[in-house]
Amino acid sequence: MGTIEASGKTYEVDEEGYLVDLSQWNEELAGEIAKAEKIEMSDSHWEVVNFLREYYNEYQIAPAVRVLTKAIGKKLGPEKGSNQYLYELFPYGPAKQACKIAGLPKPTGCV
Amino acid sequence: MDETGTVKKFLFVNRKAPYGSVYALEGLEVVLISAAFDQDVGLAFLDDGVYQLAKGQNTKAIETKNFSPTYRALEGYDIEKLYVERESLEARGLTEDDLLVDVQVLGASEMAALMDEMDVMISF
Amino acid sequence: MLHIVNKSPGERATLYSCLAHVRPGHSVLLIEDAVYAATKGHAAAAKIQAALATAKVFVLTADLEARARAGAVIDGVVQVDYRGFVELVTQNPRVQSWL
Repeated sequence: MGTIEASGKTYEVDEEGYLVDLSQWNEELAGEIAKAEKIEMSDSHWEVVNFLREYYNEYQIAPAVRVLTKAIGKKLGPEKGSNQYLYELFPYGPAKQACKIAGLPKPTGCV
Repeated sequence: MDETGTVKKFLFVNRKAPYGSVYALEGLEVVLISAAFDQDVGLAFLDDGVYQLAKGQNTKAIETKNFSPTYRALEGYDIEKLYVERESLEARGLTEDDLLVDVQVLGASEMAALMDEMDVMISF
Repeated sequence: MLHIVNKSPGERATLYSCLAHVRPGHSVLLIEDAVYAATKGHAAAAKIQAALATAKVFVLTADLEARARAGAVIDGVVQVDYRGFVELVTQNPRVQSWL
């Protein structure tokens, strides 16, 4: 267990840096998690993070990378539904890093 | 795939109601993980397992995660074979319309024949 | 195919559910509390008897002995020890555990 601070508030995260209570998520906090991951958030980053939050709201899970890639291609266009595009945005893995920034748990089956 | 690259037919057999024990949720997680292995995966719901797919679950008051929406994510994981036993629905006053995903309804003898075609069955 | 059942038919419907999915030539192994089903006078014994027409039914002796039912096994049901249990599992290409 650890903590992360954003806008003067302290949030609990697990040993891998995932937010413990996803209802606490907000954009400032997302920005701080991104900083810790050494990611500078652009509109393209936010697009993926917001997509993940919508996916989680609908299905109550964080998708596996393969599923995320396919779903993003469907929603945001085929040029964005590729491993290359997503790994350029999130070099340590779109599912792992983008989920962490989105305040979601680690994807099931993601090791 | 095994060492010869053969795809095996897996059937995950769900026979437990969703919140009284951890079987249903654990089974669902195993199914999601299994999707990464490119096997031929199907899910069967019989006995109290059919309650897992009931529409309108609301777990707010029992302070437990409602994982029923996740069954609708299975399609995105290319898991599209969902079989439900007719006798189990009927014995519980349910019909196909009460379920939150599209399924194939099978009679017990058809379900038995389906099981007989499988390479591996995993029960929850 | 080998079907394994471990729940008492007095408590759960697992055995009946299993028997509804047993096809000709299949084997059923009763262990733990499921062994009661294969004993004389039990309400479930008739269902076991009916299954014997097309399938084989085995029961684990250790679990019968522990429950004082080893002397009451119905005709046609075969008692096996742990070695027999393992042989059943290895002889059958597929095993389904009815949890």
